[in-house]
Amino acid sequence: MWGYLLRRLFESALILLGITFVTFILLYLVPADPARQIAGRSATAETVANIRDQLGLNDPLFVQYWRYLAGLFQGDMGRSYLQRAEVASLIMARLPASLMLMVTAIVTELIIGLTIGVVAALRRNKPADHSLMIFSFVAISAPQFVIGILLLYVFAVQLGWFPIGGYGTWAHFVLPSVTLGLLGAGWYSRMMRSSMIEVLNQDLVRTARAKGLSKLRIVTRHVMPNAILPIIAMIGIDIGLFMSGIVVVESVFGWPGIGQLAWQAIQRVDIPVIMGVTMVSATAIVLGNLLADLVAPLIDPRIKTK
Amino acid sequence: MKKLLLSSAIALTATGALAQVDQDAPQGGEMVVTYQDDVATLDPAIGYDWQNWSMIKSLFDGLMGYEPGTTTLRNELAESHEISEDGLTHTFTLKDGIMFHNGREVTAEDVKYSLERVTDPETRSPGAGFFSMIDGFDTWNAGEGEGLSGVSVTDDKTVEITLSRPDATFGHVMALNFASIVPQEAVEEAGEDFGRQPVGSGAFQLAEWTPGQRLVFEAFEDYHRAGVPKLDQVTFNIGLDPTVALLRLQNGDADVPGDGIPPAQFLQVVNDAEYEDQIVEGGQLQTGYITMNTQMAPFDNVDVRKAVNMAINKDRIVQMINNRAVPANQPLPPTMPGYAEDYEGYAYDPEAAQQMLADAGFADGFDTELYVMNVDPNPRIAQAIQQDLSQIGINAEIRSLAQANVIAAGGEEDQAPMIWSGGMAWIADFPDPSNFYGPILGCAGATPGGWNWSWYCNEDIDQRAAEADAMVGDEDGREEAWRQIYLDIMEDAPWVPVFNEQRFTLHSNNVTGDDSLFVDPVHIPVNYDYIYSTEAQ
Repeated sequence: MWGYLLRRLFESALILLGITFVTFILLYLVPADPARQIAGRSATAETVANIRDQLGLNDPLFVQYWRYLAGLFQGDMGRSYLQRAEVASLIMARLPASLMLMVTAIVTELIIGLTIGVVAALRRNKPADHSLMIFSFVAISAPQFVIGILLLYVFAVQLGWFPIGGYGTWAHFVLPSVTLGLLGAGWYSRMMRSSMIEVLNQDLVRTARAKGLSKLRIVTRHVMPNAILPIIAMIGIDIGLFMSGIVVVESVFGWPGIGQLAWQAIQRVDIPVIMGVTMVSATAIVLGNLLADLVAPLIDPRIKTK
Repeated sequence: MKKLLLSSAIALTATGALAQVDQDAPQGGEMVVTYQDDVATLDPAIGYDWQNWSMIKSLFDGLMGYEPGTTTLRNELAESHEISEDGLTHTFTLKDGIMFHNGREVTAEDVKYSLERVTDPETRSPGAGFFSMIDGFDTWNAGEGEGLSGVSVTDDKTVEITLSRPDATFGHVMALNFASIVPQEAVEEAGEDFGRQPVGSGAFQLAEWTPGQRLVFEAFEDYHRAGVPKLDQVTFNIGLDPTVALLRLQNGDADVPGDGIPPAQFLQVVNDAEYEDQIVEGGQLQTGYITMNTQMAPFDNVDVRKAVNMAINKDRIVQMINNRAVPANQPLPPTMPGYAEDYEGYAYDPEAAQQMLADAGFADGFDTELYVMNVDPNPRIAQAIQQDLSQIGINAEIRSLAQANVIAAGGEEDQAPMIWSGGMAWIADFPDPSNFYGPILGCAGATPGGWNWSWYCNEDIDQRAAEADAMVGDEDGREEAWRQIYLDIMEDAPWVPVFNEQRFTLHSNNVTGDDSLFVDPVHIPVNYDYIYSTEAQ
């Protein structure tokens, strides 16, 4: 187990190193010159040259990359080109908001997704099943931007139940969490439904029924625990999906998280911030996957760590 | 031998530009402004986007400023501004008792420090180049010498600035945010974070900044103008999509959507009777134009460029963007001094254009490329231009690219035959006709990486431009000189001026003030200092 953990941690570190390299190269290849972005349109050629020089943008790519890596190993993610503030402090100021949104969204999608999945499986091929599956299909297909605006309009503007975007109280969490969670809820409901159906057809259910157990007891004690296993393994992998959704949802709801930070940095070619946010989200995704792999054998003894 | 000249700004002040703004407006109350993007920085030496530009104006003051709601220069921190006869020496005397937000009085040393800071290469200010007329700029900005030799402190209240060439725009330069006065001790204490902890002498001071959420400006009690600002507090709510901002305004949670009316809802909002009194329309110091690369055939032929000028149906393009602009016929926008009212330009006449093209030897037309930034409405505008060109036989292929790529293409001498400037150029930095020349039409801008995408360089006109800028003290003569320069440029037709964007500022019923304050040419979206609350007594 410990050897496995060490190996996986080492692999994760390698993956992250690879991501720094690829991101760095991609940003280097973008034809937009960060020095010109900083200098603005009224700058003289000398000003632009001076800025390039100060930021070390004239150095060869590998020198720049090495300098970035060296900083990273000392915990220094550099300073934003435009805001001049430390990237680490910019990210730390915004990370809690994103993480909390992620947690509430995961809870939301599990509640909605699992409930729909269980009900649909038990009402298999009946009208309730069909309408729930249509709902989950819509939840998967609808753009989050549209869902977000729609929810805002109905529940915040028309009904006045929730604030119109922003951050602060628990009421602020509801609409963004639902918007972000709906997509996952769609996936989970379909997965839970097929997983439930599979378990329902297994021998253990027939045995339980033969023992005379009540239907409720069979479903809650025997079917659901077995059906939920593949779902839990999915949550870790799901973090990647969240990271992309968060950029959209944060911009619709004015959520002060790292998605918003990334979006603005990309528009302004603020390379240190783009690198920083990429590294943080990549770390989250890699750790999520690692966690999913580590947890899976604990809850399902049939899966063994190699 | 110094003859004292009254700058035109002071003279104009006396004639009553002030009358527009209600000086006796009640004080108190607050306002909420929304923005989508977080504020990049509030450091006046660094901030250079339209969002932080007017915020910085409220936090900081320079020696010069503008009458609220106008493009008229006035003294801000300066009590007086005297110009020597040769136009080379500017003597500024500070008003008494001006305080920084940290409680220290502003002195002449602060002026020197601030100007040296913005031109110091270490500061990496995008505005350093504006100060190139100050004596000693070249060495100091190259990282040599001990400060700006042209700036000297005579006494506590007086600073003398020597220029290396007479420059009539110097007053405007001293009114730019980049010329704001900052306290040395606060800058040094905050270091690179000064943009997050700004200390100035402006009407408001920063009370709170929660990244990604909110900035709060509070009225500065010791502000040097009595009765200003009118509001006690301005809150900027950050992170709101323009559509969401509009919902908030409808709900009474916001007063001014800083990003404007979202294009998709524009017609709906403008035609809604409910908003009739809440939308203010005004001009903008902006021109949208098509550049034709004068170094690339066939646009090296002036008749071809003129023919293109006659082929573009500007009214249709303006209609296409829901009349958020007015058709243009010259480089300068109508609100800019030097605009030629009577000039008719090249009227839309596709038949005459085709004839002209045929006479120039292109009876069968030709193939070319039109570069455009890939953000709506610009590709749609490019398609309209493409159709107009095809009417006279020119087959233009549209190259729709990211902003940075179009700018890069324009900066190459032989890359982009035609560029539609929308979304990139040009909005004036200050309300002076010279600001539409140098970088975008002058020889200096026609260099690799420059903004003169026509690569137009007329040395005679360059000479006249330099002479016009040296006409210190003769405002009318100078304005006339510039007017003639732009009319002569139109004879060479390096551009097709297409339209001048209009501003439409939406505001709630909670805030009011003269209409000019809501479309203030130098404060976008609104002049935070002079707008007042309807709830204030």
